[in-house]
Order: sequence, then structure tokens, then C-alpha cells
Amino acid sequence: MKHTEYDLVIIGGGPAGLTASIYAARARLNTLVLEKSAPGGQILVTDWIENYPGFPEGLSGADLVMKMTDQAKRFGVEIETSQVKSMDVAESVKKLVLNDRTITCKAVIIATGASPRKLGVPGEAEFYGKGISTCATCDAPFFKNSVVAAIGGGDTAVQESIFLTRFVDKVYLIHRRDQLRATRILQERALENDKIEVVWDSVLSSVNGSVSGVESITIENVKTGEQLGIAVEGCFVWVGITPNTSFLNDAIQVDQGGFIVVNAKMETSVPGIYAAGDVRNTPLRQVATAVGDSAIAAFEAANYIEMLEDH
Amino acid sequence: MAENILAVSDSTFDSDVLKSDIPVLVDFWAPWCGPCKAIGPVIEEISKDYEGKVKFFKCNVDDNPATPGNYGIRAIPTLLIFKGGEKLDQIVGMVDKAKIEESLNKSI
Repeated sequence: MKHTEYDLVIIGGGPAGLTASIYAARARLNTLVLEKSAPGGQILVTDWIENYPGFPEGLSGADLVMKMTDQAKRFGVEIETSQVKSMDVAESVKKLVLNDRTITCKAVIIATGASPRKLGVPGEAEFYGKGISTCATCDAPFFKNSVVAAIGGGDTAVQESIFLTRFVDKVYLIHRRDQLRATRILQERALENDKIEVVWDSVLSSVNGSVSGVESITIENVKTGEQLGIAVEGCFVWVGITPNTSFLNDAIQVDQGGFIVVNAKMETSVPGIYAAGDVRNTPLRQVATAVGDSAIAAFEAANYIEMLEDH
Repeated sequence: MAENILAVSDSTFDSDVLKSDIPVLVDFWAPWCGPCKAIGPVIEEISKDYEGKVKFFKCNVDDNPATPGNYGIRAIPTLLIFKGGEKLDQIVGMVDKAKIEESLNKSI
């Protein structure tokens, strides 16, 4: 086996990447974690995590990721702020092109996660940060005592709408179907909340406003085709996610949604390349599942590297 | 807070930012904002690389409501980049380090 700078490179510093790094460091792999901005990923915007075991009172996403980062650093994990532009994975020596240089390694774990999906309706991009938001914990205090809309019906949309009610007078929860998809306990809390009004069977058609920001939204009832304007100062969009895979080359198989296809060992279609967490095809995207994926991915990557070195 | 990133308030915004002789980056944040905490170290790293070329300030939006209001800021973290008193760029949310650097490079 030819020499490489690293045994393992982990792309992404959210719960998946950090967990993989802890297992890899403890397996004494020479490991580098690449994070494009700051460790954490999507859970940074999560107000309160109460389904991750070990924290009976719950804790904020930012606190959880800080604890995970500290734990990784305790085992000597190196975390670099850099982005992978592209990768060459055809040979046993994997090459990753970064902003400033190219690095080599024996195995890669892709843990780049996902980003909030955009609807692509008129006004959505224009008013981003000026009334359009995807982060209630960041932006809810800007909407004190005002009326806002939330788009979606899954766990994120429902949980964050409940959070919004601590600040705003009213949340119109706009959902395209006639029932919510969120976990039952969240549905119950939302439907019991006087400040939340669910608008069923409706989708967002446009976001309208002026230089000062969002002033209203237009929604359409999918059953009747009727259009309706609602005066709101803010509009929070939680309509699912899209995987962060712009650097992937065609060699790695993805599903119809663009999520990386792996087997039970978290192996992708290319030997030595693993994927874990929200970026892979998985029925459930939670901190708990990301952490489990990553333990397997790191364990399998260590086995793979050992096998390479035996040859 | 790193020594090369200073706090700016509603009352010092004009003199510190708008009248600055070199480009300025202002990081609007609040203690309750998770992504703001996370982006802090990234801004600190960048501030070292641009020392002498760009000034860096942090503005707590809880203590200083007027300035974010003037710029229509309804989301944090928001980074504003100024040159000669004019707003050159507005970067919203958790973004890549490279995107911030790209915007700064345009300002100098």
C-alpha cells in the first residue's frame, strides 16, 4: 500500500462526522475531519433535543454539538475548516481536492448531512433573512408579538412552530395535506396550542413584501385551487431537506433524491468510501441514527484500512 | 471575544463602522442563537487572516435593536460588509468560510 497523508478523512463535522472521528481516533487511525464552516451542522439550529438518550432534561443542539466536539478533541481529533471541491476515488489511494490543496487518504466517510430544502417560489430567495427563515431559534425573537407563517407538517415544522409561539402572537402552519406527518406527541402539542392555526391542504405560492421585508404570503388550496393572501411579517420554511453532495462524483451511487446509497456496513458503491447520517438513504434522520451509522462506518473503515495494509 | 474583534453598539456604529477608513465586517449575533455561537470561531480565524485590511466588529442585537432595524435584519447570524459607509454585502445564516472570504476579497 502506498503512503497517504491520512488513513481516514471524514467529510462533515455534525453529529455523524464527530462520532465517526471519536471511533476512528480510538482505533488509532490517523484521521482528519473537514468541516466547511463550524462543527455542528443542522442540529445547531435545533432549539431543544429531547429524544437523544442520556440527557433526561433535554439540551440545545448547540450544547450537544459542543460536548461532542470536546469529546472528539479529547481523543486528539484534528478538525479543519475546509471544503471538499471534488474527489478522485477510483484507485486505492483516495484524493480529495480542497480549497487550497489536494490531500490523500485510504478511506473516506461522507457525513456532510443535508440542508433545508427550498421551495423555489417567487420571493423566497429575495426575502431570505428579511422575513424568510429556516431557523426559529435564531430568528423568532425578531418576530415578537407578530403574526408569522410556517410551511410544512413534519417533525421540524411542528416542533419549531411550537417554539415560535413563545415569541409570536400567531403561527399559521401551512400544510399541503389534511393531516400532519410529525410524531404524535408533537402533533398533540401543536393542535392544543391556541396560537397555532393549521391551514390544511395548502401550499405556498409566493412571498410578498417591500424593501423593509416580508408583508404577506400567498397560498393555494391544492384541492380547490383557491388562492389566499395572509398578512405575515415572517415565513418559516420547513419542507424537508436536500443532501449536501455537490462534490460527489458519478462513481458513487445515489438514490432518486440524491441521497447516498449504502449497505448495512455503510459502504457506498465505491470500496473504501462510506456514508453516514442524513446524507445517506435512511428512513429516519435523527441525531441518534446519525451516531449509530457513524460508529458502524468508522468500524468498517478501520477494518478496510487494516485489510489494505495486510496486502 | 478575540482581541481583533470589538463590540459595536447603536451609539458607536457610525464612528466605528460607517466612518472607518478600511472595509468593515459586522457580525450580528445574540447569546440565544446557536449558529451565532458556532460561526464565532470562523469569524475569529478570518479576522486573523485579514488583520490590517478589514476591521471586525460584533453587534449584539438584543442590546442594540436600532442598527439591525435600520438594515432590515430579521435573521442571525447576519454579516454585513461595509466600505466607505456603504453596505457592500449581506450574508445570512451559517455559511462556508470561503463564501465570507470571497466577499471580503471583493471589498479590499
